[in-house]
Amino acid sequence: MNISLSITNTIYELLLGFLPEGYEGVANIGAMVVIALIYLIIFAVAGLYLVLLERKIAAWFQLRIGPNRVGWWGLLQTMADALKLVSKELTGTERADKFLYNLAPYFVIVSALMALAVFPFTQEFQAFDINIGVLFLMAISSIGVIGILLGGWSSNNKFALIGAMRSGVQTISYELSVGLSLLTMVLITGSLQLSEIVEVQKSGWLIVQGHIPAVIAFMIYMIAGTAETNRAPFDLVEAESELGAGFHTEYSGMKFAYFFLAEFINMFIIAAIAATIFFGGWLSPFGITESIPLLGVVWFLGKTLVIVFLMMWFRWTFPRLRIDQLLTLEWKYLLPLNLLNLVLMALIVWLNLTIQF
Amino acid sequence: MSYFGNIAKGIKTLLTGMSVTGKYFLHSRKGAITQEYPDNRETLKMFDRFRGEVVMPHDENNEHTCTGCQKCEIACPNGTIEIIWDRQLDPETGKKKKMIDQHIYHLGMCTMCGLCIEACPTDAILWAQNFENSVYDRSYLTKVLNKPGSKVKAGIED
Repeated sequence: MNISLSITNTIYELLLGFLPEGYEGVANIGAMVVIALIYLIIFAVAGLYLVLLERKIAAWFQLRIGPNRVGWWGLLQTMADALKLVSKELTGTERADKFLYNLAPYFVIVSALMALAVFPFTQEFQAFDINIGVLFLMAISSIGVIGILLGGWSSNNKFALIGAMRSGVQTISYELSVGLSLLTMVLITGSLQLSEIVEVQKSGWLIVQGHIPAVIAFMIYMIAGTAETNRAPFDLVEAESELGAGFHTEYSGMKFAYFFLAEFINMFIIAAIAATIFFGGWLSPFGITESIPLLGVVWFLGKTLVIVFLMMWFRWTFPRLRIDQLLTLEWKYLLPLNLLNLVLMALIVWLNLTIQF
Repeated sequence: MSYFGNIAKGIKTLLTGMSVTGKYFLHSRKGAITQEYPDNRETLKMFDRFRGEVVMPHDENNEHTCTGCQKCEIACPNGTIEIIWDRQLDPETGKKKKMIDQHIYHLGMCTMCGLCIEACPTDAILWAQNFENSVYDRSYLTKVLNKPGSKVKAGIED
């Protein structure tokens, strides 16, 4: 298989071979559907295994063993959980807004899966390479909050409503920091296209190229990214001790599983953005495996999983913030620092002080 | 405290916290405290202070140390212990003496308060560490602690 081609083109040409003349449009749509299905299946399974990873790592942090009954080493545990959730009844509150209530999980999961389209897993192994990749990611990741707000609003439950409103406050505030910290890095690359950004990093990963401001930007990005995914220590949205389960209190069965899966896919996305923009995406360190382009997938996933582990480490270390502390952190600390950092990075790029190999 | 001092202190404390949990994470393989219970039934050892049920230890001659003083029965707040006793002729001295016939213990009523064991002057009853006490009928929970044919150890009343 010629892996160096873009996967969209490969499947498009394969379908074109089957179909008779004059059916390019059908082949185009067919290729899109095939790729969407592949991504859907791969990331549904990947999301399930991220849940398992989270449970295992949580267990190790707490000196426990973790799931180890279903399958060897507990590997089938989350599969069994998903099967159980599929078979469960979909309940709802009596006076819920039925249409919005049923719509909300799809908003969340679809926006999470859409963002995956633009990641370059390795050279040319990318479903959708647009020239505004970073902007697209930012835009898509903020659509997810609409689903959370809808879910909390329509379930006719005050805990769910409070959770959803907190999520709105939190996501809208921290969106700013994520955007600005990514913008700091875009100053070096001069492009929003993700494949282009990785290309620039062939002369040193951006966190090395940008040195001090890049490290600050990475720290801000990790804090704001954790807040974006509504994970501990920023899990005011779910806040088990205060709000039941927050915005998804009233959801059951597969609709609940969509929210749950979306949280983990969002975590993967935040980690993947960090890996692509700060740590060179599919590039190997010092180009040691440059001759084998397929290994890029391994490097990309490896870097992503390290950052995912970092986020899990945060979750099992830090206590939850209060809502006023959350907003103080964003508006009084992260945002001014970010703006200063942006100016610093602009100076460094202007004076050619970046480190390049 | 200054603005930047706050930031530096924040980062420092966050890193301190992460190093603590990181140490736990690295040592989790050796230090796991989970008991995989039904699998390790043979090797599982309950800790000494665990209160499973009240037992009366007997030695190899089928002798216990219960004199039938009924202090445990009086100490028990909810009537868990019932002692059936009578006066029998002591074969050695030929005098009439108080002896237990049955030391009845209702496990189903016991709150594991331990007052009976504290009250016992001769340490005739003790805590056992077993915990698999589920049965199919609650009448099985009424236990006679002294074994049939057992008698009190000589010299314990002196």
